[in-house]
Amino acid sequence: MTGNYEIVHHTYDVVVMGAGGAGLRATFGMAEKGLSTACITKVFPTRSHTVAAQGGMSASLGNMGPDDWRWHMYDTVKGSDWLGDQDAIEYMCREAVPAVIELEHYGVPFSRTDDGRIYQRPFGGMTTNYGEGIAQRTCAAADRTGHAILHTLYQQALKHQAEFFIEYFAIDLIMEGGVCRGVIAWELATGALHVFRARTVVLASGGYGRAYFSCTSAHTCTGDGNAMVLRAGLPLQDMEFVQFHPTGIYGSGALITEGVRGEGGYLTNANGERFMERYAPNAKDLASRDVVSRAMTIEINEGRGVGAEKDHIHLHLEHLGPEVINERLPGISESARIFAGVDVTREPIPVLPTVHYNMGGIPTNYHGEVVTLRDGDPDSVVPGLMAIGEAACVSVHGANRLGSNSLLDIVVFGRAAALRCAEVLDTNASQPALPQDATEAIIERFDAIRYANGATPTAELRLRMQRAMQTHGAVFRTGELLQEGVEKLANIRKDFADVKVTDRSLIWNTDLVETLELENLIAQAVVTLSGAANRTESRGGHAREDYAERDDEKWMKHTLAWDEPGGKVRIGYRPVHMNTLTDDVETIPPKARVY
Amino acid sequence: MAKFTLPANSVVKTGLKYEAADGAKRVRNVVVYRYDPDTGENPRTDTYAIDLDKCGPMVLDALITIKNEVDAGLTFRRSCREGICGSCAMNIDGGNTLACTKAIDDIKGDIRVYPLPHMPVVKDLVPDLTNFYAQHASIEPWIKTSTATPPDRERLQSKEERGRLDGLYECIMCACCSTSCPSYWWNSDRYLGPATLLAAYRWVADSRDEATGERLDELEDPFKLYRCHTIMNCAQVCPKSLNPAKAIAELKKLLVLRRG
Repeated sequence: MTGNYEIVHHTYDVVVMGAGGAGLRATFGMAEKGLSTACITKVFPTRSHTVAAQGGMSASLGNMGPDDWRWHMYDTVKGSDWLGDQDAIEYMCREAVPAVIELEHYGVPFSRTDDGRIYQRPFGGMTTNYGEGIAQRTCAAADRTGHAILHTLYQQALKHQAEFFIEYFAIDLIMEGGVCRGVIAWELATGALHVFRARTVVLASGGYGRAYFSCTSAHTCTGDGNAMVLRAGLPLQDMEFVQFHPTGIYGSGALITEGVRGEGGYLTNANGERFMERYAPNAKDLASRDVVSRAMTIEINEGRGVGAEKDHIHLHLEHLGPEVINERLPGISESARIFAGVDVTREPIPVLPTVHYNMGGIPTNYHGEVVTLRDGDPDSVVPGLMAIGEAACVSVHGANRLGSNSLLDIVVFGRAAALRCAEVLDTNASQPALPQDATEAIIERFDAIRYANGATPTAELRLRMQRAMQTHGAVFRTGELLQEGVEKLANIRKDFADVKVTDRSLIWNTDLVETLELENLIAQAVVTLSGAANRTESRGGHAREDYAERDDEKWMKHTLAWDEPGGKVRIGYRPVHMNTLTDDVETIPPKARVY
Repeated sequence: MAKFTLPANSVVKTGLKYEAADGAKRVRNVVVYRYDPDTGENPRTDTYAIDLDKCGPMVLDALITIKNEVDAGLTFRRSCREGICGSCAMNIDGGNTLACTKAIDDIKGDIRVYPLPHMPVVKDLVPDLTNFYAQHASIEPWIKTSTATPPDRERLQSKEERGRLDGLYECIMCACCSTSCPSYWWNSDRYLGPATLLAAYRWVADSRDEATGERLDELEDPFKLYRCHTIMNCAQVCPKSLNPAKAIAELKKLLVLRRG
C-alpha cells in the first residue's frame, strides 16, 4: 500500500448509505424507533437526485374521483409487464395512501384542489376500474414534487436529530461469511477513512443512469451501492430493464415531466401528427413510458422526426394557456427556456427518449431485506444488508416503472426498512470485532486506484463506456448489437487497468471520486448488457427486434447476474412472486399489454 | 490615511495558462480560482483557453470540459446539471449563480469563476458550507403543530393559503443569496442571512404551521434578523428568481404588527 491513512472507527445499529428520499425516510424512521443510526451521503441531502423528480407521487386517495388501491395495483402489474412481484406491489399500493397523508402531515407543500385537498393529476398508465378510464392519482406539488418531498424529509431528519456524515464517499461493504458487517467510507473534507460497524447496512444509493451518454440522471447517479453488492459476490436483478423517459430535452437531456402530458400536452412528429393515437388508441400520449419511447423511436427511425436532422419529436403544451402552465408546470417552463430556448406558451419543446430510471438493482423482499439465490432458495435473506429506492429491485416495477411510482416506492420502502429493523434487530447484543483482512482489502483497492498511473484518463474511458451503452443498450436491441456491446465493455473493463488518476490528494479529490464511480459504472454496464443479451424476448423496457414478443413460458422470471472474478457474468433466475400479500386482492394473471 | 492590505497568505496570484488545442476557432478564456489545501500555497487563478465549438452551452459545461480534457485536478461540486440541486453555486462573472444554468454566451470577455465569496475555501471552487447549514437547522425548519392532525386524511389548505408558499418553498439552498450579502459577509457568525430567513418565513407563511409566535420570538434579535439592511443582492442573484429580501421584510412587518 502506497498511502498512509487516518482511520476513524464507528459503531451503529444501522448505517444508511444515501440521503435521497428513500435514505432519509429510512434514516429518521430508524432514529424514531430508537436505533442508533448514521446516514452516509456523498452529497448534501437536499442535493440528492430525488430533488429532480417533477410530476408527483401516486396514491389512490380518490380526491379527484373514485379510486381504489386495487386499480393502482392492477396498473402497476400491467405496467411492469408482469415481471413485478405482486406481493410487493400490493404492499406498495396499499401503503401509498397512508404514506402520502404522512408526507402531508410532515408539511409537504402539495398543490390543492378547490376543497383544500391534495391535487392529483393523470399520469401514464394510471387508470380506473382495471384499465377502463383515466385515473387522476398522482399527487403533485406543482411540477417540483421531488424537491418538495426531499426537502421535507430532510427537515424531518433534522427534527429527529438524525446523524449525518455528509460528503462521505462509500467505498465498499465489509462482508464476513456472507453477512454484511459494515461499510467503509472516505470523508472528502479531511481525507480520513471511516470504518462503520453496524448490525445492518441499508443501501439507498440510487440508480446508475450515468452509465449512458445521455440521461436525465444527475452526474452523481453512479449506482455505487449496486457495484458494492457485485463486489461483495452478490447478484443484481433485472439489470437489462432500463427506462427511457419519453421527454428528455433534446440536446441537454434535462427532464420534462410526464405531468405535461398528464395536464393535456401531446407529442407530434414532422407532419404535425399526434402519432401516439396510432400506437395506443385508448391512452394515447398517456400510455406507459416504454410504449411512448418506442413509438417516438419508430417515428424518428422512419424519417418522421422533427428538426434539421429529423432526429427528435415535439412536445406541445402551448394550448394549455399561461394560467395552467404557471400554476402547474412552472419548473419545466423554466427548464425549457434555459435548455432549449423555448417559450412553452408559444412553441413546442424538442424532446427525445432519454435514459431515466433503472428498474433493476439489488434484489430484496418487500421488507427491504436483500435476498439471493442460495442452495436452491430464491428468497434467501442476506443477513445485515438491506436495499431501498432505485438501488433496490423489490421488484415493484418489474420490466417497466409507471411514472409517479418511484416517489411512492422510496417513501414506502424507506419506511418499511425502518419498521423491519425495529422489529428484528437485537440492539442489546454486542457487535463482534470486524474482520481485519476484509477491511484491509477494501483500503488496498482504494489505495491502488488513488495511485493509478496508467495512460488512459478517467474521462476518456468513461466516454467510451457511455457511448457503448448508448449504442448497444438502446430502446430497441438485437442479439448481435448486444453481443458487440458486451465485447466492447469487456475491453473497456480491461482498459480500466490502464486508468490514470492525476490528483493524488485525499482532500476533495474529485478525480479519484470519478474514477471510483467509473469502476462502479463499468461493472453495472457489464451486467446490464449481459442480461439483455441473455433475455431472448421483449418485455417492458427491454425491446428485442429479433424477439419481438413477450415469452411468459420461458421468461416470466427475474434475471440474476453475478459479476464473477475475471470479468465473467454468471446468470441465474428467481421466480416472479405471483402471489399477493393478502386475500383482499387476487393475483392478476398475465395477458396482452395494450394501452 | 490608513492603508489596508490583504494578509500575505490570501493574495491571489496569477497561475498557469493552458492554451486551446490547435485549430480551435471560437476560443474563450476561462479564468478559475484555484486553491490546494495540501500545499497551503497562496490561491491562484489559472487560465484555460477553451474551444466553444467543442463545449456545451453552460459554464458548468466549460468546467467539465476543462476537468475532462485539460486538468483532471480541477475541483468543484456538481450534480443535477439542471438547476434544481444547488450544488454548483459559484461566483461567475462577478455574480453568484449556478454554473449549470449560466450560459457562456451571456458573459462578455473572459469567464471568471471563483468560489462563493466570503466562505472558507476547502479546495478550488468548493467552499465550506458548514455554518450555512447549521444556521438553516437552527431555525427548526420543520412543521410544528399543537392541535391534533386528522389521523387518516390530509390537513385541508385552501388554494389561496397554499399560494402563499409560492416563491418560498422552491429554495434549493445553493447559498448564492447569503454569500452575496455584504451584511452576511460581515456578520455571518450571528446574522442568519437571506436563505435561512426565507426558510423561517416559509413556515410562518404556512397555514398549517402553528408555531408562528415561537418562530418570531426566536428571530427577534438585533443580529439574527435585523442585520438585513435591504441591500437586495439576495433577490438580484437568486438563480430561482426568489425574493428572500421580501420574506425578511414580511418577518419584520409581523414583528412590528404584533407589538400592537
